[in-house]
Amino acid sequence: MSFDHDSVVAFAKSFGLFYLLALSACVLVYVYWPSNRPRFDKAAKTILEGEDRPWR
Amino acid sequence: MIAQLTIQERQSALMILGGLALAGLALAVAGGQDLLAAHGWLTVVCALAGLFYVISGYFEPEPSPERLARYYDEPTKAGVVIAMIWAIAGLFVGDWVAWQLVFPDLAFEGAWSSFGRLRPIHTSGVIFGFGGNALIATSFHVMQRATRARLPDQITPWFVLLGYNLFCVIAATGYLMGVTQSKEYAEPEWYADIWLAIVWVTYFLLFLRTLARRQEPHIYVANWYYMAFILLVAVLHVVNNLAVPISFGSAKSYSVFSGVQDAMTQWWYGHNAVAFFLTAGFLGMLYYFLPVRAGRPIYSYRMSIISFWGITFMYMWAGSHHLHFTALPQWVQTLGMTFSVMLLVPSWASASNALMTLNGAWTKVRDDATLRFMTVAAIFYGISTFEGSFMAIRAVNSLSHYTDWTIGHVHAGALGWVAMITFGSIYALVPKLWNLDTMYSGRLVELHFWLALSGTLVYVFAMWNSGIIQGLMWRSYTEAGTLSYSFIDSLVAMHPYYIARAVGGLLFLLGALVGFYNIVMTIRTASAAQDESDAPVLGAAVQAGE
Repeated sequence: MSFDHDSVVAFAKSFGLFYLLALSACVLVYVYWPSNRPRFDKAAKTILEGEDRPWR
Repeated sequence: MIAQLTIQERQSALMILGGLALAGLALAVAGGQDLLAAHGWLTVVCALAGLFYVISGYFEPEPSPERLARYYDEPTKAGVVIAMIWAIAGLFVGDWVAWQLVFPDLAFEGAWSSFGRLRPIHTSGVIFGFGGNALIATSFHVMQRATRARLPDQITPWFVLLGYNLFCVIAATGYLMGVTQSKEYAEPEWYADIWLAIVWVTYFLLFLRTLARRQEPHIYVANWYYMAFILLVAVLHVVNNLAVPISFGSAKSYSVFSGVQDAMTQWWYGHNAVAFFLTAGFLGMLYYFLPVRAGRPIYSYRMSIISFWGITFMYMWAGSHHLHFTALPQWVQTLGMTFSVMLLVPSWASASNALMTLNGAWTKVRDDATLRFMTVAAIFYGISTFEGSFMAIRAVNSLSHYTDWTIGHVHAGALGWVAMITFGSIYALVPKLWNLDTMYSGRLVELHFWLALSGTLVYVFAMWNSGIIQGLMWRSYTEAGTLSYSFIDSLVAMHPYYIARAVGGLLFLLGALVGFYNIVMTIRTASAAQDESDAPVLGAAVQAGE
């Protein structure tokens, strides 16, 4: 594949679209996967715990 | 500070500083009569000062292993103070150039003090000096707390913080001498860029090494934002600054890109500097300090992840909206415009997530100026991202581009969002770092808040008015089809707004001075309290003898 203007444009217009759609799908699946919920809830709460020492 | 380093770390510090001194000497010798030599000597002086400092403390006792049970906060403390010093310097120069636009004689006929040289000192001073140091300082704090892991060693954070400030000083002094590669927000020349690349890659590795020490597998969202900031700034910096110096003895270099490709690379960089320097890193601050200060978990953790990926992937394509109506292919302009409009979704998701977190804590917002700084930051984040998406639309851009509206937009973001979240985070952080319950004076935090808010509003409204009037005057035609106004007519119309803008900037600068005083007094209170606790109480001593 040559790197002339037209082929780069064709690549950007075709692959670019599907890659962004696929990426959004992956993110949404990860975010709404039911078993991830406790992990997210825990992450949101742990920063509020007052303990001010590293774990090791 | 040297007492905190182990013997091996003191030795590495000597080697790093020795290497830096040699590199500086090489630049100084190769530079000869060129301005490059001035920066070479500056580097030598900084490295020698560092060497003397390390040697003076070299034989102090090593730190006890007990330190490993605590977080390493000394670089954060230094970073906060350095950030405030840069804030004052950057805002002062900004207000100076604002007054120069009102009274051109304020350049005092010096080349170094001309608008063109001082303006990049203002932009770099506030973005990289103030913003960058605040980001580095808070990232050290947040990466340790959110992963519950101590920084892996004690020399790397100092290398990152001080090395970064050496870059900032080389940048600012270079502008005064006229050393610039004329790329907005990327003005420093090739040798400074190479140094920043080294520092920045070390910063990224430090972040990864800290993450590797964590126990909890999930990484809190604030750390994702900080990591995106560090990683992508490295990529943007390296690509946009690819340049060939005219010789190794010259400060001058030429970009490897040419024509419209150079413009596109520059604005891909420039807009992503807004995205990853001025947004992603500060969202990291927002997602950590706002919930902690409000005492409530973030409203929707899921939404924070969706907005993270939205911001990360959409911002990358938005830069071409800076080049509407130029030689850039039309479809690339449209692409940038479309992605800019789509960006409103993740941006408003973050802003509303922050405000929804405060739902139920509004009494705290009313009483606590620190939390109010963060609240106003979230509101301005919402306003300026809406405005940015709107201005990226080609039809709107035809009115707004090249006018003061752009300046107003940038400052709604920089003053209203970036500086407000930074001040809020610093006020939340400083008492914690110095083991106090509160800042030295809550009333001064309150005063700073109102100075900052009124300064921002005066500034932004002045520039909105000025920009729209400018835009309309430039596109008004007479019946004969000629322009109704000359450029100088529009300049005269701007004059009152330039005065208002300079006054707004002055209010903001005064606020930063109040903040700096408050922080210094807090630190002094802390060290006084420490001295007192370290002495016997007289009354108690008498009682013990009885």
